Amino acid sequence: MLYTDLTMTAQQAKIINNFSVKVATTNGTGSQSANNIFFKSLVRMGIHTSSKNLFPSNIQGLPTWFVIRACPKEYNTMRQTAEVWVLVNRGSLEKDLKEIKKGTVVLYDSPGLEVPQTVEGAIYYPLPFSKLSRENFDKPRLRTLLTNVVYVGCLAALFHIDKKIIYEVIHDTFSEKPKVIDVNLKAIELGYDYVQKNIQKKDPYSYKPDTKTLGKMVIEGNQASALGCVMGGASVVAWYPITPASSLSENIEKFSDTFRKDPKTGKRNIAIIQAEDEIAAIGMAIGAGWAGARAMTGTSGPGISLMNEFIGLAYYAEVPVVICDVQRVGPSTGLPTRTQQGDIRLCAFASHGDTRHICLYPGTIEEAYEITALSFDIAERLQTPVFVLTDLELGMNLWTATPLKYWEKPYDRGKVLSKEDLDKMKSFSRYLDSDGDGICYRTFPGTPNPHAAYFTRGTGHNEHSAYTEDNEDYHRIMMRLKKKIDLSPKYLPKPIIEENKKAKIGIISIGTSHHAVVEARDELSSKHGIQTRYLRIRAFPFHEEVLTFIHQCEWVMVVEQNRDEQLTGILRNDFTEVVSKIHACAYSDGLPLRPSIVTDKILEVNSRAN
Amino acid sequence: MPTEIQMPTNRIGLTKKEYQGLTTTLCSGCGHNSITSGIISACYDLGIHPHQLAKLSGIGCSSKTPAYFMNRSHGFNAVHGRMPSIATGVEVANRTLINLGISGDGDSASIGMGQFIHAIRRNTNLVYIIENNGTYGLTKGQFSATADYEALDHYKNINKYQALDLVELAIICGATFAARSFSGDRKQMEALIKAAIAHNGCAILDIISPCVTFNDHKESTKGYEYMKEHDVPLEELGFVPSFEEIKVDYQPGEVKDIELHDGSHLLLKKLKEEYDPTDRKKALETISKAKDEHQVLTGLVFFKKNMPSHHELLKLPETPLKDLTDKELKPSHEDFATLIKTFN
Repeated sequence: MLYTDLTMTAQQAKIINNFSVKVATTNGTGSQSANNIFFKSLVRMGIHTSSKNLFPSNIQGLPTWFVIRACPKEYNTMRQTAEVWVLVNRGSLEKDLKEIKKGTVVLYDSPGLEVPQTVEGAIYYPLPFSKLSRENFDKPRLRTLLTNVVYVGCLAALFHIDKKIIYEVIHDTFSEKPKVIDVNLKAIELGYDYVQKNIQKKDPYSYKPDTKTLGKMVIEGNQASALGCVMGGASVVAWYPITPASSLSENIEKFSDTFRKDPKTGKRNIAIIQAEDEIAAIGMAIGAGWAGARAMTGTSGPGISLMNEFIGLAYYAEVPVVICDVQRVGPSTGLPTRTQQGDIRLCAFASHGDTRHICLYPGTIEEAYEITALSFDIAERLQTPVFVLTDLELGMNLWTATPLKYWEKPYDRGKVLSKEDLDKMKSFSRYLDSDGDGICYRTFPGTPNPHAAYFTRGTGHNEHSAYTEDNEDYHRIMMRLKKKIDLSPKYLPKPIIEENKKAKIGIISIGTSHHAVVEARDELSSKHGIQTRYLRIRAFPFHEEVLTFIHQCEWVMVVEQNRDEQLTGILRNDFTEVVSKIHACAYSDGLPLRPSIVTDKILEVNSRAN
Repeated sequence: MPTEIQMPTNRIGLTKKEYQGLTTTLCSGCGHNSITSGIISACYDLGIHPHQLAKLSGIGCSSKTPAYFMNRSHGFNAVHGRMPSIATGVEVANRTLINLGISGDGDSASIGMGQFIHAIRRNTNLVYIIENNGTYGLTKGQFSATADYEALDHYKNINKYQALDLVELAIICGATFAARSFSGDRKQMEALIKAAIAHNGCAILDIISPCVTFNDHKESTKGYEYMKEHDVPLEELGFVPSFEEIKVDYQPGEVKDIELHDGSHLLLKKLKEEYDPTDRKKALETISKAKDEHQVLTGLVFFKKNMPSHHELLKLPETPLKDLTDKELKPSHEDFATLIKTFN
């Protein structure tokens, strides 16, 4: 084929920056690196793109899919179907081929994969990804890794990704490993060149430079959360490895090397401890929080389950600690590499006995950063555990985002009495509600004043932190704790409300369910003529705005990613007066929530309501 | 006019009363109460500022005791078996504190075994006292994991399982300080508590402490009678704090002088054959031999000097992390902007 043929097709391509590419490959083969180059190149072209990495709980050899969706309306959800498939994995081939329909474009490794070109109207491009890699690179490991980069080169030629930008991305990605740059560039060139010389473009898809994402950053949610921890002043981090939360703590370590390390002495203004298990991790964080550090742990659902007893202690003894929960699919080990909002209830009421915990729910990169940074102020102000719940979808996928801003807010260390404060006082009682807001004053160990000391305990205690089994003492302290938590919303991020005066139906969502709601609302409006108002909860206990919102709607649909209507249940429990108005769209299959699930549920309830 | 009775004071001008706590609620005669007194005396003698010490514990009779000493020190009664993790957090948040951890055999040898081992592994800066009575007192006398094989309990049940020896285990796990004492031997116990406080790192101090209610009968190997007959001190101990001059009243050659981290000295007078507490292999052999002979070895069993404690391993700054402000914790605007630029 001639070079000009392809160029011509590019100009004739009809579907621009509005299609999904799904790459079926094998984990542990370097596909993630190649896919990230692909994704970042599109972002640098200014094209709004979202990515979802569907990977197995495995080190090497199992199927993994990477879905890249370019979308001019700037939606971030994963599409049910992909217009373009890249097939590299024999293991998932049978399953993948079932997805091929009329119009689907199929790039597949050939020789290598046997792909019968049997679907009428599908466009097949057999491409020698692995053969090119095998013939051009000597080391077996390199051959495997670069097979993936070859298909990026092919994609670039077929769908017109700016090769210069790909080169820049490769240079930036491997700036610390210059040797790797050359082989990656060569692999891109091999794929690109092959397509130009051998393939006639028959499909209508193309990427074209745009301005939507120019100047935006590309970042994973866990990186944004980690940056929030560092900027929020975390000084003690104790954690235990768990998917999908490990990269949060690992990135804190990375950022701390940049921001907290004295280059002369090698000393770092942070303690990062990989604990022996999650129980020890939370214990260390609580010990550090009690002693006056800004302390945190990062974990996922199974870790929260283990931490329950300690969380109850921190609630009752009033010790500040931040717990970042990157949710994954439960119950039990569940689907460790799939996403869910399955810990909403667990975190809100963790531990035995009566507890109620502050929970924050970032839904975007910006919020993962800002809300996490703020969580340390909240924990110290309220002297209680604070959960920051993200999920695998936000935490482990690459997102485009507005560059994060410097966290200017001065730290709020809460009610802490210094030696000087105590010198002016005749006595000190740790659990005395002297301000009437349910929040008492605390002291740190090491404060040189004879009144400073108190005894922290998970056993019954009175205002003076003395052991008690007295019924009135117990009840009084528990009611004061309730008051503290009930009054807490003024310190918490408010819900985000999108008004719509024409709408009678309200949607309430949480965390990453937001992205499906955005798309569903547009679809409801454009295709079905249904207007909606929208409120996204960002904190528990709920602000009064949530109740007001429900009051103002005929009915509301609560959208969340779990089976048992966890958020809905808490709303119904807390807002009994509007319980009949609250409907649930609770769905979870491990994949990021699709807008059609929300749309269908709202249509269903709407038809019943009319 | 009646003259006020002057209470004696220690080197920092505090009376012993200022090291005391609430009245104990444990059984009268409980070994733990002797340990409480030993801690009070040791801290008084050393002239520790009470606010510089953090009392940490888990759950059980032993773990209640921090309420009974040093009222002027902050205390943290954690959950069962998890005192070491609290201590780890306290150490890194404020490296200037003395962490005094009180645990029991149920707390450390069963539910908290993992944390016991990992505190040793990290060399957490912690005086780790196990008040060991071989029984679960608070829940009325079940066997603990340190109860001897075929020992009898209060209800004449026979223990079917092997006993864990926490000192032996500590040495195997890499402890830098492993000692055993008996609550009935105040002199030795106090010397070891002082040495443990002077040590930099995790100092394991297993103190056999008879439970007078559930485990002080004739058949018990953790009772007063058995201990008095089977306690074999490795050495006679003399502790000389860093602020006192060493005066040796032993014959040269009989005494091994161990200089501790803070410049204090532990003087070990040999009782029998040459025992070198810095020889790990020998220490394990000696414990093993004593066990075969149904003896309970007491004294400083193992000691390793100049090992960095956990906060030193983590390369923490001199300023305690709890005292860092926005200025130290936040990067410059320029550094932040540089980092953000890498995400594209």
